[in-house]
Amino acid sequence: MATLNSNIPSGPLAEKWEHHKFYTKLINPANKRKYKIIVVGAGLAGASASATLAELGYEVHNFVFHDSPRRAHSVAAQGGINAAKNYQNDGDSVHRLFYDTIKGGDFRAREANVHRLAEVSVNIIDQCAAQGVPFAREYGGVLDNLSFGGAQVSRTFYARGQTGQQLLLGAYSALNRNIANGGVKSYTHAEMLDLVVVDGHAKGIIVRNLQTGEITRHNGDAVVLATGGYGNVYNLSTYARGANVTAGWRAYKRGACFGNPCYTQIHPTCIPVSGDYQSKLTLMSESLRNDGRVWVPKRKEDCGKKPADIAEGDRDYYLERMYSAFGNLAPRDIASRAAKTVCDEGRGVGETGLGVYLDFSAAIQRLGESKVRERYGNLFAMYQEITNENAYQTPMRIYPAVHYTMGGLWVDYNLMSNVPGLFVLGEANFSDHGANRLGASALMQGLSDGYFVLPATISGYLAGQNPGKRPTTDTGSFKEAEENVQTLTKRMLGNKGKRTPNSFHKELGKLMWEHCGMARNEASLQKGIKAIGALREEYWNNVSVLGESNDWNQSLERAGRIADFIELGELMCRDALMREESCGGHFREEYQYTPDDPETKQGLVNPGDVKRRDDQFAFVAGWEYAGAADKAPILNKEPLVYEEVKMSTRSYK
Amino acid sequence: MKVTLKVWRQKNRNSSGSFKTYESPELNGNMSFLEMLDVVNEQLATRGEEPIAFDHDCREGICGTCSLVIDGKPHGPHKGIATCQTYMRSFKDGDEIVVEPFRAKAFPLIKDLVCDRKSFDRIQHAGGFITVRTGAAPDANSIPVPKPDADLAMDAAQCIGCGACVAACKNASAMLFVAAKISHLGLMPQGQPERYKRAKAMVDQMDEEGFGACTVTGSCEAVCPKEISLDFIARMNRDYGVALLRGDPKTIKGGGAG
Amino acid sequence: MNIVDRIWNSSLGKKYLMALTGGALFVFLIGHLVGNLQVFGPPELINGYAHFLKSKPLLLWGARLGLLACVALHIASAVTLAQLNAAARPQPYATPGAYGASKASQYMLPTGIVIASFIVYHLAHFTALLPGVNGVGDFSKLTTTLHGETVPDVYAMMVLGLQVKWVCAFYLVAQALLFMHLSHGLAAMFQSLGFRDHVWWPRIECFAKAASIALLIGYSIIPVAICLKLVGSDYVERKKYDLKAANPQPAPAFVAAQGKEAK
Repeated sequence: MATLNSNIPSGPLAEKWEHHKFYTKLINPANKRKYKIIVVGAGLAGASASATLAELGYEVHNFVFHDSPRRAHSVAAQGGINAAKNYQNDGDSVHRLFYDTIKGGDFRAREANVHRLAEVSVNIIDQCAAQGVPFAREYGGVLDNLSFGGAQVSRTFYARGQTGQQLLLGAYSALNRNIANGGVKSYTHAEMLDLVVVDGHAKGIIVRNLQTGEITRHNGDAVVLATGGYGNVYNLSTYARGANVTAGWRAYKRGACFGNPCYTQIHPTCIPVSGDYQSKLTLMSESLRNDGRVWVPKRKEDCGKKPADIAEGDRDYYLERMYSAFGNLAPRDIASRAAKTVCDEGRGVGETGLGVYLDFSAAIQRLGESKVRERYGNLFAMYQEITNENAYQTPMRIYPAVHYTMGGLWVDYNLMSNVPGLFVLGEANFSDHGANRLGASALMQGLSDGYFVLPATISGYLAGQNPGKRPTTDTGSFKEAEENVQTLTKRMLGNKGKRTPNSFHKELGKLMWEHCGMARNEASLQKGIKAIGALREEYWNNVSVLGESNDWNQSLERAGRIADFIELGELMCRDALMREESCGGHFREEYQYTPDDPETKQGLVNPGDVKRRDDQFAFVAGWEYAGAADKAPILNKEPLVYEEVKMSTRSYK
Repeated sequence: MKVTLKVWRQKNRNSSGSFKTYESPELNGNMSFLEMLDVVNEQLATRGEEPIAFDHDCREGICGTCSLVIDGKPHGPHKGIATCQTYMRSFKDGDEIVVEPFRAKAFPLIKDLVCDRKSFDRIQHAGGFITVRTGAAPDANSIPVPKPDADLAMDAAQCIGCGACVAACKNASAMLFVAAKISHLGLMPQGQPERYKRAKAMVDQMDEEGFGACTVTGSCEAVCPKEISLDFIARMNRDYGVALLRGDPKTIKGGGAG
Repeated sequence: MNIVDRIWNSSLGKKYLMALTGGALFVFLIGHLVGNLQVFGPPELINGYAHFLKSKPLLLWGARLGLLACVALHIASAVTLAQLNAAARPQPYATPGAYGASKASQYMLPTGIVIASFIVYHLAHFTALLPGVNGVGDFSKLTTTLHGETVPDVYAMMVLGLQVKWVCAFYLVAQALLFMHLSHGLAAMFQSLGFRDHVWWPRIECFAKAASIALLIGYSIIPVAICLKLVGSDYVERKKYDLKAANPQPAPAFVAAQGKEAK
């Protein structure tokens, strides 16, 4: 059994971080350069951490599987980044951002982590502005703000619809500066395939050069994973195609616990799947629901008809019907689940039957087309590009899609996993968003971890390691890890199967969506675990991977990643099955508010809202690998102790 | 619909390549171009033939990983979008589509349609940053940035680094990319202290990498998925000119804290 | 590195040279056209102008050497940049590339080469007066008297030279290519030197078009008018020059008459 000690510092919540920084051991400048830190990933968290650690004087080696660190999927974040600057004078504060985030996460995140996140949020904006990030400005030259979901203040900073891109380019520029001055050695097209653990400490990684296929060993005094989320386990998601769980999963297999894997966020307004060939789902801004009305036909028989041919009386504006107070602006999780419900009833629209209408005709009548164009023109254009439909004339079709995973490798307050020396940042860790993430918080967390948290906490670990005494790469653990990778590669290439890796990924995605998607229940999850287990068996018997190991081989890359996704999928189902409550993005059909519950009667919640069970499930699940993929993983629990906030019913009414 | 693909196949950077022709299976106009390639690849893989290697990642036009020259135009027939946002309905049933990799000396070919664009990174290493340590930043509102400057900087900063400008240019010049980077930072007040040094260093590295020179043909702007303007090249030319005339800064002898 | 090295060793530096020398040559083209258009006046006008230039050797040779230097630098940068550009794409595309580029911008080097060879011919034709290149004879024999001085009869030289159809055709081809070269080059010159933004670019393009069209018209009407015998044909007929004769003797009476007419 692993020990999950959160290492939350004592003292009042608002002072924990300052105190902790003071009491964390430091390393003198002359010794810092004797420590080598391996950072995997160069998204917001990885690039910012690499740059900052190098500035401090550590020897940093950064690895990315992309051709350039600038391509990490942080680049795709659109909306913005939260910070408790209170530039709008609308009553924002660190405490308010902290509270909004804790509540948004449905009281399943650590108080101390979230408070720290809110504290450093203000420094992030300063840092990024100094790097030349072209944030949106007001005419006076000061920063502009937007308001975002789950908050009553305007605290979101943005750079057109490309905030993630601009922040990433800022972090990338900091990384570049340190590559240029020798502080960081950058490895691109370099995929981490195993973690090397020496005497219980993470001391290195095994890397495959994607261009040449060469497998190399890299040692370090600490290993930092900033490798992003795992939403591609669903195959179809808003993630980049290359996004994968492999680095994290291989670390899991080396003993790092996986925290809350079942917490997945599903975004309600995406362009629906158009066919089996589809590789990617595209997010449409949630702001569309301000003026669009969501509906499906009342009768199944009408689903094939053109929307214009369906009479007003035959339409079911189900969000307005079911949630009269919020109507089309019902929260994300509720809107997503409602869409699924009506489609499951066979009333979905579009070729696949998995879609609902988002209709602007009322808005166009009320405001005129030019006003609608002014507000949403770019989104309508994007929609037309993808679907070839003119949303001014016919309603948009939308459907929910996976777009973030709150779960990830378990870390303590120092962002160190239960394997000493292994640190995990950004979306790759489980930490700050609880069971649901608020909009514009992902960018904040990635940069907070990389610029400010890790650089302050890592010295606490390194101070206990003798400078310049890291194990060399010819030790047994490195050899064993490299052999492990070689064996896996040989096994995949040598398999004389009949099915392509992609076909397994598609099948896995469908299983995950069906059994561990927007709504989960015990029977279905159990079915899912069985089916995914069987898929794993079949994978190793029937997968066919073409090409060679010593060459650029995208089939091989994908095959390894998909094998890990299959195993992760099983774990997600197990976690979802274990968590017999509903919270945030995790909705167990057995645990929802009914019209008879007192909270419903008091008007705090709607029937069908998620129902937490704090008495039994106020903990972080840290799953531990049991040594083989077919052995049931071990559940470790880290209790969530709330000192400041009272866990209450999450109500947005 | 069905199409015929004429695709460049090349085993690796040392071998020579050639065009191979493939008949697509039945396609759907709503497929993206890359999904079409996925489908063709699945078909190839099922037949035991190695799939066509091509670069891609986000598939929403922002990461800059996808490339491809489709019928002579980088990123396909439409303006202002990347290959991943090109849909098959832009083609007709029975079309023959020629697919080539981005070609430039500074983008050596890795395999099939995949080329190595690390030269862009090296240009960035040369000066694509503002020197500021983490934690050393003043309050974000302490330096006001005029809105028009911030907007113009953003126009330049949205470059996705895909390299289509190089691929399209008859001289394989990287001027638009480098200009976008230099202009973004050079327009921000925070970028002023290193403005001319940056321009000099990045342009010199661009030359070093073996990109061609600009002959102002405008192909780069015409294919840029973000429609970045040639105006930025002029801006870079101004900054570089100033740097050339100024020459190297005076070197300081000795020094150090007592 | 000193400034010369810094400029010559960078691709952008050479672009500045291209632009600056191109600009200087453009200014010369305007001056040269103004001079040449005097052919539409009485013969003394252009002959007097030519004589004036000849009488200021310092100015003339200064200008000539300056222009020569510009042409040399323009060509040298063009050639080295063209080599650089060719090396930047060792493997060409199978499909026609240069999407969105104007023909003029794509063919700067070929148009430039033709223009350069035209310049060589033009110098041999009317400056060095090589008898073998003009299809008529020895132009150095064309002299006339102006204010009592014997001066070269530039007017007659132009008329006789451009009445030759193939010469006229070559001049017109060169003008067309020069137009093409300038229609792109004039605007690109501003771009290379950094004089461009979203406000000025449309104006610059407009200027480039207008100036190159003006030069095309200006330079083309001369050979066209001469070739169609609209200009000077009666003059050269009356003069009855014998370009094959050993020592041409212009008729003094005729010159005097002409001089009176001009007054």
